[in-house]
Amino acid sequence: MKQESIADNLKKLAIFLALTAVILILMRYLFPEQSALSLEVMRDYSMEVALIFPPVLLLMGLADVWIPEDMVKQYLGKTSGWRGILLSLFLGTLPTGPLFIAFPIASEMLKKGARIANVVVFLGAWASLKMPQIGVEIQFLGLEFAFYRAGLTFIAVICIALITDKMLKRSEKI
Amino acid sequence: MLVALIINIIAIGTLVYSFTQSSRKSIQALKTALVKGLKLAPWMVGIIVLIGIALSFVPPEVIERYLGGEMTIYQVVAAALIGTVSMIPNLITLPLAGSLIDSGASYTTIAAFLTTLTMVGFVTMPLEIKLLGKKITFWRNLLAFFFAIIIAVIIGVLM
Repeated sequence: MKQESIADNLKKLAIFLALTAVILILMRYLFPEQSALSLEVMRDYSMEVALIFPPVLLLMGLADVWIPEDMVKQYLGKTSGWRGILLSLFLGTLPTGPLFIAFPIASEMLKKGARIANVVVFLGAWASLKMPQIGVEIQFLGLEFAFYRAGLTFIAVICIALITDKMLKRSEKI
Repeated sequence: MLVALIINIIAIGTLVYSFTQSSRKSIQALKTALVKGLKLAPWMVGIIVLIGIALSFVPPEVIERYLGGEMTIYQVVAAALIGTVSMIPNLITLPLAGSLIDSGASYTTIAAFLTTLTMVGFVTMPLEIKLLGKKITFWRNLLAFFFAIIIAVIIGVLM
């Protein structure tokens, strides 16, 4: 079963990569000017993803076997309240890398019984309250801007999470 | 880069520790990681390619032309919209924002742009829907968009 799913996924990945190569070659002939710039962007992004994605997957795999569902429920579940929100916020500010790397983690949190609000807080913090990034922000935009933006985003992330949570609960009831 | 290094060290350290506790569970964890990675890899490649192509047609200079001038409410909404549809690598985003300020953009506009750029993802929506469902994706992105404008307006008042 497992072996087969690895082979299947490898095949899919190979087909996808071949398709990507075709698109990139087409780009090169049709839009040579844009092609160079787009390759540069892709290289930057690939570097970032290549550095962050494997350890994130590894940690997810380890979390999957070692962290029992009860523990996720206790700290991040429906009854975790403000402590759950703050814990999710804290977890989201630690990493680096683009938001789409956080989606699989968020999905895993949901599956293990984390509260929707906490998952959305985690995503929001990952998106725009990452500590390493705020350092760079101060450098380019000044302390005052970074301070106000981070402070307001902090409040906004919690509001977004609580409203999303409410909306989904309401739609569940109907 | 340093953070990336730290995350890698933590991951490998945790794996080594895990092996000292139970090699059966650790192998299970590695398998799970591999299968998940292979499943998500095409998505990652697709998103990266899409971002690369999109950004090459709307290069930073074009964004600068639209967001650089005098601030109006339309410009703030435009900034939020541009941030929504574009995905710009972190390495470029903040220097770009800095140069926008230098070329006369207001902090309000930049706040709207930065917030939607990081929190709202149009290109990544299919992946978000696949992993988190339509409803969470819809509300999270919609609310983030509105809050981005609110944040921007408040920053405009404060600064």
